[in-house]
Amino acid sequence: MEITVRVNGVPQTRDVEPRLLLTHFLRDELRLTGTHWGCDTTNCGACVVRLDGVPVKSCTVLAVMADGASVDTVEGLAHGAELDPVQEGFVTCHGLQCGFCTPGMLMTTRALLDRDPDPSPATIREAISGQICRCTGYENIVRSVRWAAERTQAEQQSEVAP
Amino acid sequence: MTSIDDSRIPGVQDPAVQIHAEAETPRGYGSMKRKEDARFVRGRGRYVDDVVLPGMLHGAVLRSPLAHARITAVDTSAAEAHPKVHAVITGETLAGLGLAWMPTLSNDTQAVLATDKVRFQGQEVAFVVADDKYAARDALDLIDVQYEPLDPVIDARRALEAGTPVVRDDKDGQADNHIFDWESGDSAATDRVFAEAEAAPDQRVVTADILYPRVHPAPLETCGAIADMDPVTGKLTLWTTTQAPHAHRTLYALVAGLPEHKIRVVSPDIGGGFGNKVGIYPGYVCAIVASIVTGKPVKWMEDRSENLMSTSFARDYHMRGEVAVTDEGTIRAVRVDVLADHGAFNATAQPTKFPAGFFGVFTGSYDLEAAHCAVTGVYTNKASGGVAYACSFRITEAVYLVERMVDVVAHDLGMDPAELRMRNLLRPDQFPYRSATGWEYDSGDYPHTLQVALEKAGYEALRAEQADRRRRHEAGERVRLMGIGLSFFTEAVGAGPRRSMDILGLGMADGADLRVHPTGKAVLGISAQSQGQGHETTFAQIVAQELGISPDDVEVVHGDTDLTPFGLGTYGSRSTPVSGAATAVVARKVRERARIVAATMLEVAPEDLEWHDGRWQVAGDPEASRSMAEIAMAAHSNLELPEGVEGHLDATCVYNPPNLTYPCGAYVCVVDVDPGTGAVDVRRFVAVDDCGVRINPMIVEGQIHGGLADGVGMALMQGIAFDLDGNCLGGSMMDYLLPTSLECPSWELGETVTPSPHHPIGAKGIGESATVGSPPAIVNAVIDALAPYGVRHADMPLTPAAVWCAAQGRPLRTDLAIT
Ligand code: FES
Ligand code: FES
Repeated sequence: MEITVRVNGVPQTRDVEPRLLLTHFLRDELRLTGTHWGCDTTNCGACVVRLDGVPVKSCTVLAVMADGASVDTVEGLAHGAELDPVQEGFVTCHGLQCGFCTPGMLMTTRALLDRDPDPSPATIREAISGQICRCTGYENIVRSVRWAAERTQAEQQSEVAP
Repeated sequence: MTSIDDSRIPGVQDPAVQIHAEAETPRGYGSMKRKEDARFVRGRGRYVDDVVLPGMLHGAVLRSPLAHARITAVDTSAAEAHPKVHAVITGETLAGLGLAWMPTLSNDTQAVLATDKVRFQGQEVAFVVADDKYAARDALDLIDVQYEPLDPVIDARRALEAGTPVVRDDKDGQADNHIFDWESGDSAATDRVFAEAEAAPDQRVVTADILYPRVHPAPLETCGAIADMDPVTGKLTLWTTTQAPHAHRTLYALVAGLPEHKIRVVSPDIGGGFGNKVGIYPGYVCAIVASIVTGKPVKWMEDRSENLMSTSFARDYHMRGEVAVTDEGTIRAVRVDVLADHGAFNATAQPTKFPAGFFGVFTGSYDLEAAHCAVTGVYTNKASGGVAYACSFRITEAVYLVERMVDVVAHDLGMDPAELRMRNLLRPDQFPYRSATGWEYDSGDYPHTLQVALEKAGYEALRAEQADRRRRHEAGERVRLMGIGLSFFTEAVGAGPRRSMDILGLGMADGADLRVHPTGKAVLGISAQSQGQGHETTFAQIVAQELGISPDDVEVVHGDTDLTPFGLGTYGSRSTPVSGAATAVVARKVRERARIVAATMLEVAPEDLEWHDGRWQVAGDPEASRSMAEIAMAAHSNLELPEGVEGHLDATCVYNPPNLTYPCGAYVCVVDVDPGTGAVDVRRFVAVDDCGVRINPMIVEGQIHGGLADGVGMALMQGIAFDLDGNCLGGSMMDYLLPTSLECPSWELGETVTPSPHHPIGAKGIGESATVGSPPAIVNAVIDALAPYGVRHADMPLTPAAVWCAAQGRPLRTDLAIT
């Protein structure tokens, strides 16, 4: 089946098997290996991308279901050399160790901050509760997201200041 | 070679001399952002499954649905006829190559692909190679295997009973399921103390049966490999998820008979290991054979169920603990009997002379008159075992046993567990301390560490709050019960001294090589393999500290056996204790070479120089000094050096640890338990760790956080059970519950610092401390919460059902499933 998916802003047209998972479409067809895979049962969230803005587990979406949609992956998060505040937050607050859960965590928490720019630690924990990190014990992920929220707010305030 | 005399180099002859001077003026140490994160947050990490080679094929493993069965026929013809299939490999194919069986890390054998019978559910039976991974999976369904079911051996407690089927009938002379007996300590002396305690009116013997259930490390990235055998050069490149690239290279050479210089093992970024990636799995060997057979690179990545059901698990220790104690609470002796379930193949990864790992440190942090343990290992029809799970070679089991027993003693004596611990902890003046089982603890101030933890937790206020809750509960109010749990652990890490520690004959020393380029930038090669520990940063900081340069000017190379010196890899918290020490020592060698060059530059004798503020300086003349960059350029220039000095600054070393290092810590856990549902909430967790000198405190704390989350998992959620037919009941993340952000509290950390006296920089290792120390604190807290119900002990995982049954005084049903 021929599908066209706008991935990180670029339309990608491919002929794919109907059973191909979106995660494999991204990883194997487009060679965007930042999106990971970690379980067979939709439990781990290593595969989270944004489908038309909404974070989804790309292991549980068929590539053909994304036909005509926009998909954003971790590779599209930074603006050139400039990191997104959540990326910078994860680096600053040691929100990652092996890095395997990180792309999924970044996509989920970026989406969280888009709808709630000032989430409480409890809200952050809730947002990432469908994702597993085996390394960090989550606390530094929560701090990373808080860091990103505060940094963004501080920047906005300095922009509106005379 | 150079004329530099190693004996003059501090750190080679007497590492201790250097510690204190340098610990006072830290330079390269301190929290800094990790170098590796730049690629990870951009999705540019390179894990094995991210690697694509030209012409690469994909493999998949057919696994046994049964736990114990004889294979009567295997028909692969339909799979071979699949248009996308290149090859189907069976046990018979491998037997023809002499590769159907491989040695394990414990001198046992393990089937690569089953030939005679299958011995656990999920065992490897055939390997398909196809154009893509979907086709490879399709072809698995086309293989027809005929099985003749046999009675499985599932309950380890019955494995040695007469008439039980023999799991390993492939082994000559194996007539039962017994693997080994091992003991440690002085049995006669221990029995004497116990006899005294039984006879004395003011002493007693406290006993409890304690299970450390089977758990799986479940790193987020599963295991896999890409084998690329170049048919022209005969060189095998193996990209693989390994925590020990060099050890694997040597083992492949020994197993497959390939020349070792023609094997390159590349372990790129690893998505977590926790012990899961120490062993060699059949899939790796199949990928190698498939690449040889097809002449193309072959990738094999297991799925999550394969990972949880077939790769090595941890624990599975059935323990009976006994403590001889006075009624006043002086612990005199500990005796332990262990039945160890090792599964179908004894693939335990630990120093070969230690079949029960370092379980011998079950004497814990206490001053005992005597101690003895006896461990019996048995085969069952479960996945091969005992590899590890951030356990420091069975110290998790040892610490859990002793820390749970101390709480049982406190319960029986009606004593406060903090007071009981304080009374029995080793005192600082007893170090170095030789334990009753012969381990030499290097340093520590245990009462101080415990005191810091109690204060940080606000222990007395917590007890007051708990008393209030209990009053309200007794008055019939619907309140959650509060539990406060402690643990004090001593770890023994950094294996280890070559004279006593090896894995299959490979001594556990690590190499390091350090090259300093003319402009003063350095490249460090290490054998340790990061799985997230941040070696690229920490090890650069060690070099920076020793050479007076910036950590940004040090590139750390690891994970490629062609580019790095030999060493045994990363597990057992050994990276900083062994490879970290090697790094400090090699950097000091470089610094001493630099001294000779600097002396020539400054036209003085090397003895006239002192190392000051990251520069070689003429004693008493701060103006006359040279930085490492200046010296490096001179070392590569045409500066005339003294007779016999070759120039350049590069050096190598091998570090053979004189002893293990002994981190310790005191943990306090506060839980709230709903007596109606059995649900447990971890409200607070205070962890005070003493891992000696901290190179990068941010990374150290991250390591602790991760281990604490693991503790929550093991204590409350994780646990791989089997039904009586041997079906694995924990074969997916739906059934094997890993902690999420909602089960983990916001960790509260503290520290004490007692440098290791024998480690070149006084560091002790931190990777597994929290995994070792946290489960007993959490379980102790839950049992403490259940005190109003008279509960004395309950086994992990303390799921709501287990807690509710314990509170009701009912046994958790174990007639359907065995953990
Ligand atoms: S891969 Fe685990 S949820 Fe998608
Ligand atoms: S950083 Fe390793 S799984 Fe999250």
